[in-house]
Order: sequence, then structure tokens, then C-alpha cells
Amino acid sequence: MLNVKENLIVDFSPSLLEKFSEIVARYPEGRQKSALLPVLHEVQAVYGWLSVDAMDKVAHYLAIQPIEVYEVATFYSMYFLQPQGKYMLEVCRTGPCCLVGAEKIMDHLEGTLGVKEGEVTSDGLFSWRGVECLAACGFGPVLQIGPEYTFYENLTPDSVDELIGKLKTEAQAKD
Amino acid sequence: MGRKLLLTHIDVPGIQSYSVYKAQGGYRSVDKALKSMSPDDVVEEVKKSGLRGRGGAGFPTGMKWSFLAKPEGVPRYLVCNADESEPGTFKDRYLMTHIPHALIEGMIVSSYALGAHTSFIYVRGEMMPQIRILEKAIAEAKAAGYLGKNILGSGYDLELYVQPGGGAYICGEETALLESLEGKRGNPRIKPPFPAIAGLYGCPTVVNNVESIAATVPIINDGGEEYAKIGIERSTGTKLISAGGNLAKPGVYEIELGLPVEEFIYSDEYCGGIANGKKLKAVVAGGSSVPILPANLITKTIKGDARLMTYESLADGGFQSGTMMGSGGFIAFDEDQCIVRNTWNFTRFYRHESCGQCSPCREGTGWMEKVLYNIEHGRGTTNDIDLLWDIQRKIEGNTICPLGDAAAWPVAAAIRHFRDEFEWHINHGQEAQNRNYGLAHYADPLEVVTES
Repeated sequence: MLNVKENLIVDFSPSLLEKFSEIVARYPEGRQKSALLPVLHEVQAVYGWLSVDAMDKVAHYLAIQPIEVYEVATFYSMYFLQPQGKYMLEVCRTGPCCLVGAEKIMDHLEGTLGVKEGEVTSDGLFSWRGVECLAACGFGPVLQIGPEYTFYENLTPDSVDELIGKLKTEAQAKD
Repeated sequence: MGRKLLLTHIDVPGIQSYSVYKAQGGYRSVDKALKSMSPDDVVEEVKKSGLRGRGGAGFPTGMKWSFLAKPEGVPRYLVCNADESEPGTFKDRYLMTHIPHALIEGMIVSSYALGAHTSFIYVRGEMMPQIRILEKAIAEAKAAGYLGKNILGSGYDLELYVQPGGGAYICGEETALLESLEGKRGNPRIKPPFPAIAGLYGCPTVVNNVESIAATVPIINDGGEEYAKIGIERSTGTKLISAGGNLAKPGVYEIELGLPVEEFIYSDEYCGGIANGKKLKAVVAGGSSVPILPANLITKTIKGDARLMTYESLADGGFQSGTMMGSGGFIAFDEDQCIVRNTWNFTRFYRHESCGQCSPCREGTGWMEKVLYNIEHGRGTTNDIDLLWDIQRKIEGNTICPLGDAAAWPVAAAIRHFRDEFEWHINHGQEAQNRNYGLAHYADPLEVVTES
């Protein structure tokens, strides 16, 4: 059963639909379901998460059943089924990163942002969570921020503070 | 200096771009293959090279290609496995970031050899920057006439696409990857049939790792026999090693197979020793799933020979006193690291990444994680070590895909070589609870004993 508390009614823009059709064109006739993962990435990049309405509309677009979309969205760790902070800081918490201090970085994030893993700060700007191996073990500790999944490597508490400050400034500039 | 075949031009400014890559001799293998070789000739060169799959399994690539079914009127596919997510391994990300055209060139040559006209590079979704880099490189290659219809006037057509994953380690398993590429959950398929017979969309398919595909470029350029001259015995060519953990100079290194492990760790050309002047305690040599070895066994075999970076030498001694090359994810642990905490961490990874299809893996990984969590946090009981041993034995070999083995082996090896650390945690509960971030209390591994 989908553990979804909120729904967001969406209306895909013409440019998003154009991206969908470019993706579908990669696969053989009748194999448009292959587009599901990339299409969900595109939807999440626009809305920040996948609402039931968004998933239903993806199912309709790809001519598959809604359950086929839910199965995928719940299986893969990159898809969010509820709203997150504007910036989701994902810290690698797997062995090699922990050997060089990832746990300290997560503790520092929790202290600095004042929210626990998976929560959203009151200003709606930040969420954070630990994720499994990000394939950057030689440059740990690392974190990534979607939707571009920019990497920040060799983290220290100071560099994390600097990053948060930069993101706050960036968010203010956009408002 | 060791010879480099894949990272030769890594330091050339702008090597990410088509024009610079081409100016450095890029795409010669495509010119050669399409103009003067038949697809079977290409397969033959790869067979002669002795290249073994660089993703972890080490199966001979040429032989894998020769298994591909070729029924008339049915499309064949080449799928590149770029779902790199084995803890400790980051070589493919590095290659795709810095020399994307090496992969594109290899994809064209390999697709030609296999008779594939549509090929996919399945990249783990978190590598969005690498996905953008590859898409740009593909567009450049297409504009230069190396992709699309009638490549170089040879009559050969090829379209190449990048497919993002969704963040699931299991999709590095080839049949799970194909399920994912078909837009489904990444649940591994039962084999047989193997992908060579029924792969993507039920059609004959080869799935190869990024590094394996990139290695076909020097093989075609210089010939398989030249490639086979590098390395030792059945470990031919060069290998990318991702070095992480407590090393002075972590990073991605291209080595000639046969390099002594000790030289790799301590030489300035490679890792430069252990960070902060500390002592080496243990090494995971081939990604988190391969057995951990204490320092004395990673540099020398149980017979006292120097341990070499080859498939055979790393495996010398079996799982009693050896390990595996795996994907080349080399993780070094200094004397302050806690093996119990690391084992718990790795097991949490496998619990998180189990697709849930097979009961032994779905239930066993979670059970092991709970037991290890308790031991690590000073709440272990005297029979927990035996319990862990029992659970991992019941997972190994009892699942559809190798994720179960990958979860079982680190636990077995940690108990085999560092049993005293587990016992310490169990016997010093309060002290274990008061530690911060797993600081160690035991630096010396047990002597190796052979199990009956």
C-alpha cells in the first residue's frame, strides 16, 4: 500500500511532454514502458516529488496501469513519494565514507539544520538523509543534491556549513 | 611507471570533448574495425586478448560474446552496465566523467562485433552529471558520423542511448538491470535462459561493464595478442582499481595486472601508504562483497608468496586465507577502525539493497543486521557469533542472484579473521556502547586457521 499523505494535482507542461516523447522514441515500438524510470526522473525534477496524481498521469501517458508506476516508484530509492525540502542533502553513509567521517557529517547536519533525518526545516529549504554507496569512495565523505545530483566531496563540518550558507543565499536570490 | 591503456590521456586538457579525444588518436578502433574487420574478427581479437569482465565476475568477455544467439530477423542488443554501486568501487564513474568517448568508442566497436543496432548505457540514476556528459559525447560522436545510419560508409547502423537507473544496487546484476531497462522493478530473473539467449525484450543481449567495453578499444587498436602480453597468466591487460578508505592517496589507478599488492598500497606511484602514518589493519580488495583480509594476508599468501593484483593471486587460499579481485574496489582500514562496526555497516547496505525476491536474502540480511547492530552497540550475547555464522551459511548459494552471497561473505570473513573483536564487543558491552564512531580496541587479527 502506498504510504502517501498528500497528493498534488499536476498538469504536465508542453515542454515536459516533449521530453517524454523524446525519451519514448528511444525504444522499439510497443516497448514504451522502458521510458518509465527516465520519465519519473523528469517529473520529479519539476515537482520535487511524485504525487499519486503525477504517477497516474505518467501511467496514462505510457498506456500502462497505475500499479506498474507505483511498483517502480516504491522500489527505487531515488523517487520521493512525499514533499521534501527544496534542497535534499543526501549523505553517503556506507562503509568507505564512514571510514573517513561520514557519520560525523550526518551528526553535524542534524545539529546545524535542527531536523532529524527525513524531516523538512521550517522554512521548507532543507531535508537530509543518509543514502547507500554513492560510488565516490575515494573522495569521501560525500553528499549529493538533486535534481542535478551535484556532488560535494571530501566534506568537513566547515565545508558543510559553507554549502548550507551558499544554498540559503541561492534560495533567497531566486525568491 | 605502469603502462596505461584506458587512462592514457587522462591529463590532456579537454579530453572530455570529441575534438581533443579524436586528436589524441580516438576512434581509430572504429575506423579499423568497420573498414577492415568482420564482426567475427573483432570477437576473435577480444578472445585472444584474454580480457575478463571488469565488473566483478571476471568471466572471459570474448567467450561471453560468442554465446550470443543470432537468430535471423531478431534484434540483438548490447547493454553497458554502468550501474556502479558496489561499496568501494568508483572507477566507472571516474572513466565516464573524464574520458566519456573511450566508452562511446568501445560501445561502437562492441556493438558492431555483436551485430547490435540499438545499444544502451544503463547508468545509475545518481550519476546525473555523468549521464549529461555521456549524452553530450554521444551527440558529438553522432555529428562526426560515428553513430547513426551507415557509419563511415560501412553500411552499419547504430543508435546509442543512455538510460538512467533509479537508485538500486541490485540493478548492477545483469538480469535485474534488464528488468529495470524494461521499466520494471529490478528483480533478477532466474537463469537460464541467460541474456545471450533471452535478454532485453526477450532478445539476445550482452551486458558488459563500462571498463570491459572501454578495454576493447586498445584491444582492437593494438591486437588481442599485444593486450595479452600485459599481465600474468589468465590475468591479462590492465585494471582500474578504485582505492579508498584510510589511504594516503585514495583515487582511481590503472595498474598492469600482476602488480604486487604491497607495492600498490605503499608505493608513491599509487596509494602512498596509509593516511596519517598509521598502520594497515585490513583490506577489502574487490568491493564490499569480497572477503576482508587482515594486513598480513593481503600482502602475502598463506604460503608466504607476495600477493599480486591478479584474479588468481588474490583468490589464492580460497575464502580461508584469500579473497577476490571483484570489481577492483580496494578499501583500506587503518589500525583504528572497528571491523564489527564496518561489518554491521556493510550488512545494513545489503539489507537495504536486497530486492526482497528470495526469502533467505530478504529475511537473512535484516536478521544479520539486527544481530550485528546489537553486538556493535554492546548488547550482543554469547551465541550471537554462532548465530551470525549460521545465518550467513543459510543465505549463501540459496538465492536467485549473487546478492545473497555478497551479503554473506563479508560477515563470514569478518568472523573468520577478526573473531576476537566480536567477542570483545560481547564481553565489554558498556565500553562498546561508550565508543564514538567505532574507534578500535583491537589492532591484531587472529592467526589464520583452516576450517575443517
